[in-house]
Amino acid sequence: MGTSGVAASAVDVWKSYGSGDAAVTALAGVSVEFERERFTAIMGPSGSGKSTLMHCLAGLDDVTKGEVWIGDTKVTGLKDKGLTELRRDQVGFVFQQFNLLPTLTAEENITLPLAIGGRKVDRAWFDTVIDTVGLRDRLSHRPTQLSGGQQQRVACARALVSRPEVVFADEPTGNLDSRSGAEVLGFLQKSAREFGQTIVMVTHDPNAASYADRVIFLADGLIVNEILDPTADAVLETMKHLDAFVGAQ
Amino acid sequence: MLRATLKSLLSRKLRLVLSALAVVLGVMFVSGSFVLTDTLNRSFTDLFTNVYSGVDVSVTAKEKAGSPGTLPATMVDRVEAVNGVEKAVGQVNGSARAIGKNGKVLTTAGAPRLGFAWTGDESQIEMRDGTGPKTDTQVTINAFLASTGGFKVGDQIELITLEPKKKFTVAGIFGYPGGRDSLGGELSAGFTEPVAQQLLLGQKDTFTDIKVTAAAGTSQDQLRDRLSSELGGDYVVKTGTQLAKDQADQIQEGLKFFNYILLAFAGIALFVGIFIILNTFSIIVAQRTRELALLRSMGASRGQVIGSVVLEAFVIGLIASVVGLGAGFGVGALLANFFATFGGGNLKLAGIGLPMSAVISSFAVGIVVTLIAAVMPALRASRIAPVAAMREAATPDRPLTRPTVAGALILAAGGTAMGFGFVQQSLVLIFGGVLAAFVGVALLTPLVSRPMVSLIGRLLSWSMPGLLGRRNSARNPRRTAITAAALMVGIALITGVSVVLTSATASITKLADTQVRSDLIISGETGADGTSAHFAVDTIDKIKAKPGVRSAFGFAGEPALVNDEQSWVSSVTDVLAMQQQFGLQAKEGTFAPLGATQMAISEDYATQKNLKLGSTMRIQLAKGEATTFTVAFVWAKSQVMQGMVLSSSAIEHLRIPQLNNAFVQVNSGASVTDVQKSIEPFFADNPEVSVQDRSAFVKQQTSQFDTVLLMIQILLALAIIIAVLGVINTLALSVIERTRELGLLRAIGMRRAQVMRMITVESIVISVFGAVLGIAVGTALGVATVAALKDEGITELGFPWMTMVQYLVVAAVVGVVAAILPAIRAARLNVLDAIAYE
Ligand SMILES: Nc1ncnc2c1ncn2[C@@H]1O[C@H](COP(=O)(O)OP(=O)(O)O)[C@@H](O)[C@H]1O
Ligand SMILES: [Mg+2]
Repeated sequence: MGTSGVAASAVDVWKSYGSGDAAVTALAGVSVEFERERFTAIMGPSGSGKSTLMHCLAGLDDVTKGEVWIGDTKVTGLKDKGLTELRRDQVGFVFQQFNLLPTLTAEENITLPLAIGGRKVDRAWFDTVIDTVGLRDRLSHRPTQLSGGQQQRVACARALVSRPEVVFADEPTGNLDSRSGAEVLGFLQKSAREFGQTIVMVTHDPNAASYADRVIFLADGLIVNEILDPTADAVLETMKHLDAFVGAQ
Repeated sequence: MLRATLKSLLSRKLRLVLSALAVVLGVMFVSGSFVLTDTLNRSFTDLFTNVYSGVDVSVTAKEKAGSPGTLPATMVDRVEAVNGVEKAVGQVNGSARAIGKNGKVLTTAGAPRLGFAWTGDESQIEMRDGTGPKTDTQVTINAFLASTGGFKVGDQIELITLEPKKKFTVAGIFGYPGGRDSLGGELSAGFTEPVAQQLLLGQKDTFTDIKVTAAAGTSQDQLRDRLSSELGGDYVVKTGTQLAKDQADQIQEGLKFFNYILLAFAGIALFVGIFIILNTFSIIVAQRTRELALLRSMGASRGQVIGSVVLEAFVIGLIASVVGLGAGFGVGALLANFFATFGGGNLKLAGIGLPMSAVISSFAVGIVVTLIAAVMPALRASRIAPVAAMREAATPDRPLTRPTVAGALILAAGGTAMGFGFVQQSLVLIFGGVLAAFVGVALLTPLVSRPMVSLIGRLLSWSMPGLLGRRNSARNPRRTAITAAALMVGIALITGVSVVLTSATASITKLADTQVRSDLIISGETGADGTSAHFAVDTIDKIKAKPGVRSAFGFAGEPALVNDEQSWVSSVTDVLAMQQQFGLQAKEGTFAPLGATQMAISEDYATQKNLKLGSTMRIQLAKGEATTFTVAFVWAKSQVMQGMVLSSSAIEHLRIPQLNNAFVQVNSGASVTDVQKSIEPFFADNPEVSVQDRSAFVKQQTSQFDTVLLMIQILLALAIIIAVLGVINTLALSVIERTRELGLLRAIGMRRAQVMRMITVESIVISVFGAVLGIAVGTALGVATVAALKDEGITELGFPWMTMVQYLVVAAVVGVVAAILPAIRAARLNVLDAIAYE
């Protein structure tokens, strides 16, 4: 792990798709730091660039301009091999859907990043994670035998088990009912608070964002606001202003 | 509906190209065979037209007992006296094999090695150097022989004829118009007439035929009719045109057989192609479930859905046939050229043509094969319920009961057909039975797929990518099974043949070791042009006179007329020595030297021909009158020696009154090697004949099997290549299907190399599974065949272990190769696009 207090950062990141008239600027100079051991939510209306920012931060996509750092590693400029290893060893992912390989059991899915990297499973840590997500009796099941909420919890466990520098979650509760969603969010919150895991979560649900320690707001590819220790109401309020702000433009 | 079909066709180019390629290759094989044989046919027709262009009419003696007859010299004058004959020239033709500078007999790939009498009347030749033969020790050779053996005018050349090798001086070298060294790859040497008669026919003042030139105003046909009425029924009179046609027809008969063999292998390749196309369509239909369901919910009828898939198949079949036909034309032309240059030895090719048979069969085969393959997927597509459009597209694993039951039934039917085929000696039944057995096994394969795949996969899954690859290959048992079954076909056929040949080798070896007491075997090589080596009868006496020799005897054999039917007859020099060395037991009568008109027969032969002690058969040999032979004794069933033998006095009535092989037993205590050394000098002037000890002889005999196996492997290569295409296809389709999974794996840190390894393991598992199936099925087929051939003398069962291991290794390599393209494609996927892939 790095020595500074920042797990991931973006420095004046620009990202545009296409060229000429058809060019779309998804990120227009975003600078942001994500402190260690904190749970940060990225909010914003649809199309504001949340996913793009997360992809750029996680080394899944390259930036048009600017720099991205994960811990002490400068992500910008890394080749495929470096990016792959970065994702494998320093980043954990939870996607909105399709997080698991259908041919593997829950346990195999959870330990997959370690297996790919040829690393040993830290049994004690594994047990802690499993018990926290409450999956002990589901370990030998295949994804098709699990509910959506259970699948997302498996995905969370997988993201955590390699103790990455930062876990990125893109609308992890987007496909879940509110109860399952709450379980997953509670788990993410607990990971940050009790295990000191840095988490960055993209969401457009104010309620989900309220689980975070900090919420940053994105609109039209720019960070426009930020709230610390949010409540759902505060987030909702800010979003309203944001809509007004976007509408005014 | 048509629009929708064509659109969906174009949107899946890659998979279609791959599956169409299977049809293209099969059709290419079919049309290539037709183009090749058609070109060769016309080339040979041209060749013989050329050969007989200087002959108006030819007169020969009637064939006697299957051997060409000869004409006395007086016949020439008789022919020349006939009205309308301008000139009659007696011709002498026979076999003359030149010995090359390395002491080995020069061979051809099938063209004859000719000796003839130089008449000074050679109309269509061009002297290149020197003259015709002037003295009895001179020969004039064709330029092809000169270049093959490196002979120049003035060089010494040794030739084997009816007599052992004799030395001549090359007096001249001739070629043919157009700068050709030979007419069709033949090696020929012209002697002076008396020498030719002595060496080629063994008789002075005889001719093989008379070449007749018609006087001006007399047509070929008129002259032929006149000559045949004047000469009577003992002679065959033919026009040059007729002769050319007869010869060409004979070659065409051979080529037809060759074509059948090629087509049989093309059929196997196409059969494998059906598996591949079937698989592709099944996968495509599965992937299109939602699309088809949507069509159904919008009101498309089941018929329309079937029509859509069938139409797609038809279009693919049509395109593949056109491409395959074109490719086949190219391959046929290429092979014809190859044959003309290397196989036939400078045969002049007629222009390459596209026979109608090639066109028709290409389209028929290409389209029918594709349609057959599409029927099942089309039916399945039509059963997709409209509600499936709303559901997640995953197709649940269907139960395997139906295919398993069907597979068992078809396998049983195939086995029965094979059994009947063996009993009735029907190749079609056997072949059909084998193919049905393959279909049956293919249907049963999904059942064994899971356990087998996990077993094979276990060897490869020491790492995470390996484990994933193994799991992936076990994911869709039907798909894996069909892909592997396609590979099974080729390997099973090779393994089956290999088991039979290994068993035959084992049987022959055992037979030789347990029942044959001969220590040395003298035999000659048989040329590709049909000549067989021979040596003088009195050699046996010389051998017997050598110290250490206990007994020696030889056989001479030729076709003859037995009770007016052509069949092979043998004469043995010493029937007692034969009995002793071959361990024969008397069944009826007792072994005793055969009298001039006596014969001995085997028990089998007696049953077959309904003969017993004292029965008689009328046998017409090449020379002399027909003679009645009496059965003097019958020997009991033996695997070493079957059929019949005549007394040694019959040998002199053969066309070539010499021995083809001989068997020697040494005294106990005597050294086989010493005896071998002492008798080898008798054959010093006959490099075609060799003396071998028993095991060397057996090895040499059985080594022919290797050539057979090699040929089959070459011909089956295409079926295996098509199967490999199938593996590539399945993998490529799986990669497309699992795009999102690949994206996920890459996102959570799987390296490109690991992705490639995962695909490669899947590929190896499928290929090795196919090979294991093939080896198992092939072994079963081989064992069944061996059991059926027990009465034919294949009593031992042998397994080609080494070969089997080789196939497994090759299959693994094939797996690696087949994985290359799909693996690269998978590794190159853009992670984000892949995750977002629908
Ligand atoms: N691959 C792409 N090609 C072109 N435009 C894209 C691509 N991905 C995203 N965009 C555009 O970039 C903007 C931001 O998208 P995204 O980051 O997905 O937004 P969000 O996740 O906040 O909904 C949108 O206008 C979207 O249309
Ligand atoms: Mg998004």
